[in-house]
Amino acid sequence: MNALPGYNFAYLDEQTKRMIRRALLKAVAIPGYQVPFGSREMPLPYGWGTGGIQVTASILGQEDVLKVIDQGSDDTTNAVNIRRFFNRTAGMATTDRTEEASIIQTRHRIPEKPLNENQILVFQVPLPEPMTRLEPREAVTRKLHALADYGLMHVKLYEDIARYGHIATTYDYPVLVNGRYLMAPSPIPKFDNPKLHMSPALQLFGAGREKRVYAIPPWTRVESLDFEDHPFSIQRWQQPCALCDAEDSFLDEVVLDGGGRMFVCSDSDYCQTRQAAGHTGSENTPTEVSA
Amino acid sequence: MNDPRPLPTSALLPGLNDPVHDSQRVFRIVLSALSNPASLHALADLPVPPAPMHAAAGAVLLTLSDYETPVWLQSPTEASAAWLRFHCGTPLVTKAKEAQFALIDQPLAMPPLSGFAQGLAEYPDRSATLIVQVRGFSSEGPLFSGPGINGQRRIGIDGLPGDFWQSWQNNRAIAPLGVDILFVSGTSVVGLPRSIDVQNKPARGGV
Repeated sequence: MNALPGYNFAYLDEQTKRMIRRALLKAVAIPGYQVPFGSREMPLPYGWGTGGIQVTASILGQEDVLKVIDQGSDDTTNAVNIRRFFNRTAGMATTDRTEEASIIQTRHRIPEKPLNENQILVFQVPLPEPMTRLEPREAVTRKLHALADYGLMHVKLYEDIARYGHIATTYDYPVLVNGRYLMAPSPIPKFDNPKLHMSPALQLFGAGREKRVYAIPPWTRVESLDFEDHPFSIQRWQQPCALCDAEDSFLDEVVLDGGGRMFVCSDSDYCQTRQAAGHTGSENTPTEVSA
Repeated sequence: MNDPRPLPTSALLPGLNDPVHDSQRVFRIVLSALSNPASLHALADLPVPPAPMHAAAGAVLLTLSDYETPVWLQSPTEASAAWLRFHCGTPLVTKAKEAQFALIDQPLAMPPLSGFAQGLAEYPDRSATLIVQVRGFSSEGPLFSGPGINGQRRIGIDGLPGDFWQSWQNNRAIAPLGVDILFVSGTSVVGLPRSIDVQNKPARGGV
């Protein structure tokens, strides 16, 4: 596959890549700390993964195999477009299979299949500052990070308990990285938070509009904030996936034509791999090829 | 053309053969070295930099430095200064504290780690990255632990001053401030970010 002529490899110019690479190295050295970087205008609007794309473009090489997922799926608009972008500007080999990818760019999910130490996970981040809704002034949130003063976030979680009886935050659930920096894990469901902890894969986060990159090195402690009497817990479902019968994956609710609904894996590769291996759920009989 | 310094064109050594893909390759190995600290990473197909630079040190500077990054050389030579200016366009500084990258080729005579940019409480990323050229690496040495290491890892880094690990622990103590180090020898590189703890109980002998 050849890249389009007229573009540098992976779209960005070399000086921009160097600047982002330097920021990424500092991000790895200070786990969870948001490193400012000179985010560039990309050929798609903010909110469509410009931060993740710039990180991916800066680390990507000819040997890499790229997988892009949006809400766990390889087939949604955002994922297809970003995959095609790198296909055109870098001539990249792409894949849908989690285990074949060396770089996985993701919006709002971590793949169900455990990652390995040769893989890099790149998150698209809309709001990198976890306290931004509690304290909008960046000068103040920087000071709070410098002092490791995260009482504000504990009060917010406490107010959830006072109002609803439990911590009502279900996505972008705040974490403490390496016991030091409070970090927004991007809008992944809290179901995925335990996968951040001691992951063998390097995890990089890019926020294009907010011009921040941050990182979790492999084998790093990542704790979800909680209280002794209200420990952190992940979502559970009443039923397994309706297509592959998985009981251990994050399920999306799908409204059916007949007015009913079913719950299916949000990770399309995980679900299809299980179906190919012969697992069937309540909504597809064994004789059907696929749903 | 009022610059009196002649550009030593005839003596200028080449930089990266394929700047786009070679720098990407070198960067990924440096990224891997810093995210898997205290482990040995090998670079290949590197250009020959001017003395006293090791091949890996030259490649790291070609990959990461440019007009935005002041570089401090412990032993500046005419050839290495011209090489960096030509290939990277980097400003060379004489005060260690002003440097974003520092190349140390005589570790025994290196300035204290606190003599380099430490970052600010609100911006700990504004700190120096040191490239320290050492004699070599071995399997016997201090125990390292921290982010990027699953449990503990041991590596020996030869040719460091006797009190180096004490000053590293002082650097560690001010984290998230402090410097990050890339040890290089020949074409090998070992990363040591500020987040890493060292337990210097040498199994046999010492430095």
